Amino acid sequence: MAGSTLASPTASVPIAAVRARPFSPGREAWRRFRRHRLALASVVILALMVLMVVLGPLVWRVPINDIDFTARLSPPSWRHPFGTDDLGQDLLARMLYGGRISLAVGLAAMVVAICVGVLIGAIAGISRGSVDAGLMWLTDLFLSLPPLPVLLLVIYLFRDQLKDVFGPEVGVFILIVVVIGGFRWMPVARLVRAQFFSLREKEFVEAARALGASTSRQVARHILPNALGPVIVAGTIDVAAAIIAESTLSFLGLGFPPDIPTWGRLLYDAKDYLDFAPHWALFPGAAIFLAVLTINFIGDGLRDALDPRKVL
Amino acid sequence: MSRYLTRRLLIAIPSLLGISVVLFTVLALAPGDPFEELATNPNVPPEVRANLRAKFGLDDPIYLRYFHWLLAMVRGDWGFSFASRVDVDTLILQRLPTTLFVIGSSQILALAVALPVGIYAATRPYSVFDQIANTLTFVGFSLPTFFTGLLFILVFSIQLDWLPFVYRADISATGWQWFWEHFKQSIMPIAVLGLFQGASWTRYVRAAVLDVIRLDHVTTARAKGLSEHVVVLKHVVRNALIPVVTLVALQMPAVFGGAIVTEQIFRIPGIGSLLIASILTNDTPVVMAVTFVFACLVIAFNLVADLLYGWLDPRISYR
Repeated sequence: MAGSTLASPTASVPIAAVRARPFSPGREAWRRFRRHRLALASVVILALMVLMVVLGPLVWRVPINDIDFTARLSPPSWRHPFGTDDLGQDLLARMLYGGRISLAVGLAAMVVAICVGVLIGAIAGISRGSVDAGLMWLTDLFLSLPPLPVLLLVIYLFRDQLKDVFGPEVGVFILIVVVIGGFRWMPVARLVRAQFFSLREKEFVEAARALGASTSRQVARHILPNALGPVIVAGTIDVAAAIIAESTLSFLGLGFPPDIPTWGRLLYDAKDYLDFAPHWALFPGAAIFLAVLTINFIGDGLRDALDPRKVL
Repeated sequence: MSRYLTRRLLIAIPSLLGISVVLFTVLALAPGDPFEELATNPNVPPEVRANLRAKFGLDDPIYLRYFHWLLAMVRGDWGFSFASRVDVDTLILQRLPTTLFVIGSSQILALAVALPVGIYAATRPYSVFDQIANTLTFVGFSLPTFFTGLLFILVFSIQLDWLPFVYRADISATGWQWFWEHFKQSIMPIAVLGLFQGASWTRYVRAAVLDVIRLDHVTTARAKGLSEHVVVLKHVVRNALIPVVTLVALQMPAVFGGAIVTEQIFRIPGIGSLLIASILTNDTPVVMAVTFVFACLVIAFNLVADLLYGWLDPRISYR
């Protein structure tokens, strides 16, 4: 498209930078990703947050349910760097533990969304006619369902049964991951289908077909790897959206049970004490915000690096 | 125009039916009895319960139950709230206007932010304004509504004491006083929802305007000697808005999610807080009905988007 302006200055590759020595696709993408300063900084910050929630509980050995009424609602101090809640429980320890769950839900829900989306998009994209039309009708139907009310409905109806089968922690985790992932696959499916439509007519796929490659081989070896760029970008953004969705559920008091302090749950507990203990709400809120912001920036950087539409 | 509208309405019916099937399947697959409250109530003898189950057709095969339920929904017989002992439709009709008011005003606010900022940023790509706007939009849609809501309460209600943080439907004042009180209590919920939406729309507007602004017809318009704002408003923005309308329509379901959260934070008596309250009290008829109303609202807004689309792009005209 002649004369169009790219959405971001980093997406353009100056001609001088293209050297004679060929880059591998991975290095090429990394080189483009590096030009997005905020994305690079976000990778560092997010890596630090992940390290903290993974290794933090090993270093900061305060139990998350250690009740101490003498230190109720105390503001941040050396003994409690993030302060305490209404039962005198240490907020840093609770946030480190809850962060594991929040981030794990985000990742797992993204995996569910990507798997379902790629599967449906690939089937719709490779088959023509009624299968394609039917699957796209399903996708559109899911797109017009309001996610949060239906999420609440499903959790309301199924929560107790899953708790009985898997125990409170695992049951709610599975339910939330499946439900959040189950309502985020539609954009991925559409992306994959669109990619398949353009890729399956390309010369290299035609060549593979001429060589006698079966349909499944064409898909797995030739089409799918080339369709993955936008999917990775969408997946990154999905992690952020899933973290927000989980926090929203917990914030409404309908996510994880009170003894599992995810960041959204901490906010839910803190919201009635805003006037005398603002730190209780501010720290988990800032953690959610920081995680979501860095993931969104990384997604933006990946879009510059991977989206074929932007490549010169 | 009216034929186009009829056609769109006819297309909306299958989606409504599809949504009703999904909702009903979820309810039917759910383990446990929706009439559990009745079943656990020791004052109801077993034979009365069996009679009630037969009367409500709970032991019929599933497709029959679906048709009964659908017929009842269509006829406006939405059942009876277990918790508040009122008909579900009166309960919802009481609360729907508040929700529509908050959502509608926040969408207007979002447009009022997104259009000027997005267009101005796109006409000066990579400038300082553009970069600041870009970063702020990222911050804007990374801040979840529940956190912005709490931050607003913390700053404007607790620290500064300017605005009330509980939304009241029953303000006793009259005239200008009523209007002023109502305005004051609406600022925060509308701002929370509107700024969140505005942030993501700003990105859409900017990207869409960037796609259009270097096209040949714009160069032609400039070459004819039209003033810059006529070029931007008449030749660029109108074309750029076409994809934006689609994206905005796709975002509609998420808007209702945000509305539920906002209503919960500011205790707005709308259908979002009704949904949460009825979930917490196991009030199945209300939960089902509110979810269905949300789905209908999404479809209604999509219809509005389709009409707008026809107005913006005469090429697809009202066939």
